[in-house]
Amino acid sequence: MRHGPSTFLISVLSFGFAFLYVPIILVMLYSFNDSRLVSIWGGFSLKWYGELFKNRQIIEAALLSLRIALVSATAATLLGTLAGLALARMGRFRGRMLFTGMIAAPLVMPEIITGLSMLLLFVSMNEFLGWPGDRGATTITIAHITFSMAYVAVIVQSRLAATDQSLEEAAMDLGGRPFGVALDITIPTIAPAMISGWLLAFTLSLDDLVITSFVSGPGSSTLPMVIFSKVKLGVTPDVNALATIIISIVTIGVVAAGWIMFRQERQLTRDRQLGARG
Amino acid sequence: MSTNSAMLSGRDRAWNRFVVAAPYLWLLVFFLVPFGFVLKISFADPMVGQPPFTPLFGGEDGRGLYFTLDNYRFLFEDNLYLFSYLKSLKIAFISTVLCLLLGYPMAYGIARTRAPWRQILLLLVILPFWTSFLLRVYAWMGLLGKYGVINSLLLWLGLIERPLQIMYTDFAVYLGIVYSYLPFMILPLYATLERLDLDLHEAAADLGARPVRIFLDVTLPLSLPGIIAGSMLVFIPAIGEFVIPALLGGLDSLMIGRALYEEFFFNRDWPLSAAVATVLLLILVVPIMIFQHYQGAEGGGHR
Repeated sequence: MRHGPSTFLISVLSFGFAFLYVPIILVMLYSFNDSRLVSIWGGFSLKWYGELFKNRQIIEAALLSLRIALVSATAATLLGTLAGLALARMGRFRGRMLFTGMIAAPLVMPEIITGLSMLLLFVSMNEFLGWPGDRGATTITIAHITFSMAYVAVIVQSRLAATDQSLEEAAMDLGGRPFGVALDITIPTIAPAMISGWLLAFTLSLDDLVITSFVSGPGSSTLPMVIFSKVKLGVTPDVNALATIIISIVTIGVVAAGWIMFRQERQLTRDRQLGARG
Repeated sequence: MSTNSAMLSGRDRAWNRFVVAAPYLWLLVFFLVPFGFVLKISFADPMVGQPPFTPLFGGEDGRGLYFTLDNYRFLFEDNLYLFSYLKSLKIAFISTVLCLLLGYPMAYGIARTRAPWRQILLLLVILPFWTSFLLRVYAWMGLLGKYGVINSLLLWLGLIERPLQIMYTDFAVYLGIVYSYLPFMILPLYATLERLDLDLHEAAADLGARPVRIFLDVTLPLSLPGIIAGSMLVFIPAIGEFVIPALLGGLDSLMIGRALYEEFFFNRDWPLSAAVATVLLLILVVPIMIFQHYQGAEGGGHR
């Protein structure tokens, strides 16, 4: 017989989720507040949204951030998928220990260290190789690829670890080539992991402040950099509006993705059951 | 695949090699090698110029090596830095314990919830991951400020007569860290607890074993990998945290991440910043190795 969670657990869960969500919900509420002060409700208003879209600095920064996020998420997904394959399917290879270390470390490394080290790398490379030139979109993109590919690698690896290797082995035994097998069998199996990896890399890139501040140059301020410089001094209503927009898009995306995956899993189990019976 | 490797042709081996080599080289060049430059520049002197530090090769006559230990000497003589390191360790440690105290029962509760509620609760834990870290920290500014929501509420209830100073205190930093990192604690804990057969523990309880005993003797030891993985996911990044102390902390709550940021961007002393980062990295080597061990044992991350 299975007991549900006790009263104690239910109260902790309620407190915990309230703690996680009340601040976000309040920010969304303030974004519709006519008054500049958070303590006074001045009536419903959309004026902060209007102001947001009139702010050229924010619009330009948002476009730059989106461009960087698109490129870096795509590259990070390619490299991260290869890394996940290497970890899950390539068995032992020389330097595997170091490789797993380089995948795990970016997940916890304080951004301040990664940011400084990448900047010093770019400065030294530029001195000796004449590349990558001035800091800007290119250096930011390289930095974002580097920290987000580790996340993609971990997602893809855990998906591969959870899937049966026998299909790939059968294809190999039947004379399939590794590249062909990867393309025809492995990639379709890990496609959901690659998609969530891409989405995560995309949002990580859109969100990064610290590493970006180190590797960006004059004239290449990303959205988080602009937000940070605005909010350092206190609450600003147009940032509330911006936060509401970003949080709404993310919420819709995550809930939709969760729902699709939930349905796919159910379909998959049903197919398997049918297959087993047939 | 490894069983077949002996029969692979040259082209196939090339593909296998590429799978490993491409991400390997990228991480080597853009993740590992940069630490070498941090180390190198931490032994340089600052100077006016582009780049703003003395070269390693070439002393005054342009030959030989030039390096100095001045930055490290300064770090250990200047109380500000020692204080910042210790303060960061303290704040990260206490925040990790708080995250664990709140996160463990939450993860346990989710693991005990039935589908589809379990999936919904899990989604609610994951969702903050995807929303902007910066904006979530910012959200607290409206709550904690002098005329923020909490103070207004307490004043209105008549519990206080003057606004409390919550913003720009250590308390605000703790709150910010626990809030931002809580999901990192819950997910690995949930992953281990989900695999335990909690019904079995309940059955033992039904048969008369005291619940506290079962928890201490069975559940807690079995969930240790999750506890360690979750704690490291909070503790390590929290030590070097910049955004939270910069937005919510006071000037006196100087954590090392913020000290480094200010040394770099305001004082423009690159070699000293590099020395600060090197010492921080040395402090983190052991925790990162512990994390890597348990990350491997867990078979993947949870973000």
